[in-house]
Amino acid sequence: MRGQVVIAGIGQTEFGNLPGRSTYSLNAEAVRHALNDAGIPKDRVDGLFVKFPTSRFEFMYGQKLAETLGIVPRIGGVWDQGGAANASMVGYAAMAIAAGQCDVAVVTFADNPKSGTRQAYDKAWGHDQIYGWFGIPAGYAMIAQRHMGQYGTTAEQLGAISVTCRTNGARNPRAQLQKPLTLADYMDSPMIVEPLRRDDCCLVSDGGAAVVLTSAEFARREGLDKTVPILGFGQGQTSWEVAQRPDLTTTAAKASAETAFAMAGLAPRDVDVAQIYDCFTITALMSLEDYGFCKPGQGGDFCASGAIALDGELPINTSGGLLSETGMPGMQLIIEGVRQMRGDAANQVSGARTCAISNQGGVMHTHATLILGQ
Amino acid sequence: MNAPDNFPTPVIDALNAPYWDALGQGHLSYQHCKTCSNSWLPARSECPGCLDTNWCWQTASGDARLVSWVVYHRAFDPAFQERLPYNVAIVELDEGPRLISNIVGLDTKKDIGSQLRIDQPLQLAIRHEHGVAIPAFVIKAVQ
Repeated sequence: MRGQVVIAGIGQTEFGNLPGRSTYSLNAEAVRHALNDAGIPKDRVDGLFVKFPTSRFEFMYGQKLAETLGIVPRIGGVWDQGGAANASMVGYAAMAIAAGQCDVAVVTFADNPKSGTRQAYDKAWGHDQIYGWFGIPAGYAMIAQRHMGQYGTTAEQLGAISVTCRTNGARNPRAQLQKPLTLADYMDSPMIVEPLRRDDCCLVSDGGAAVVLTSAEFARREGLDKTVPILGFGQGQTSWEVAQRPDLTTTAAKASAETAFAMAGLAPRDVDVAQIYDCFTITALMSLEDYGFCKPGQGGDFCASGAIALDGELPINTSGGLLSETGMPGMQLIIEGVRQMRGDAANQVSGARTCAISNQGGVMHTHATLILGQ
Repeated sequence: MNAPDNFPTPVIDALNAPYWDALGQGHLSYQHCKTCSNSWLPARSECPGCLDTNWCWQTASGDARLVSWVVYHRAFDPAFQERLPYNVAIVELDEGPRLISNIVGLDTKKDIGSQLRIDQPLQLAIRHEHGVAIPAFVIKAVQ
């Protein structure tokens, strides 16, 4: 499968507070930009893969969106994997193309939790609300606490991830939050669910983003010139409540990355730039460990060493990530990966030839990996 | 169930009623599979190990360890506003099952986090929350 399918186009809306825009409208704008970028007419699209809006579930969302877009898919689906869904749908779409199920696939996502409802993020955890167990941040805080206790990971080390993403976002004109952060600012930010502070938590954003996939052969035939090959993809999943996981300090990221690296025929050391899902700082730190960019338990030292900065050995989240560019779950990281491989990113890593992208969902329940090349 | 002020309460059904009844009588129970010896919480109709239905309720010793914990500094539900800051913990019973609970008996004058560490031994201390008997845990005294 390595290199058989390419990302031919990318598109996005503005990121931020977009009152009055429905998710259908945001998806339509992102898809319009992505098809224009690809140079593929809409009537060639025969695959439609959609992540439904996280903040509000809707029955048959994919078919409603197909109607909005005027697309009649041969294959598609609406994926329910939280923040892993965008990267995992790219993998499913690639498999569908390789298996002759469609020629051109659109993968798209939009949501409006900032101007609309964000109820999905604050909900209680089943029976356990009587203990005061509420909200997504608390699940990640449980994992962070265990990691800190087991490996000595510190707040300052988590803060290094926030500072890096905010530094990059401040230099990205598309970013929702273009305000740099110092480590002192980070340490002063209020605790939300200890040990996580406000600045450990990603933004809440409205917006939409889409990519267009096709086969390398279709791209050659049609003379498409901005294509980026997908070298590898993978997924990992766990079905358990956070409390039921036997080991809180390793995640589905490990299996996902191993599958993707094996398909690509590459190792972590071959990666020049990475877009690592950072819904919370601890997510990025543990993903770096699980991907093999550093050893288990050494994610804190790795991040604090400057390795993840733009001039470090593995620049991450070059457009600002979820902590600074947009809190949207994942598609922006794929789009930034494509820009880095095309060589036209706002914070371009010079000479970068391979990019790893991580998406993850729930509280590290689902993970998906993409490896892009040139 | 008397739960004023919209305080959240567990949804009790035929499957988990024995769990809540036992707590009302001062015992913490868990499900144990007679086919594969797996033990678990919360209540399920099939053993998640072997998918058999040949299970029974057993009473936990009350000995446990602290897997992890968090301290809420913001209320995600108004019912918990007055309790801030408060802890929520993942607890592993010596018999294996894990559950969400709270650590009680801490020194309220001291920082919560400074009194807790991972893998700390715990002891069951059932308490009542708005009329519902629920499991809580205290730090086990060093022997």
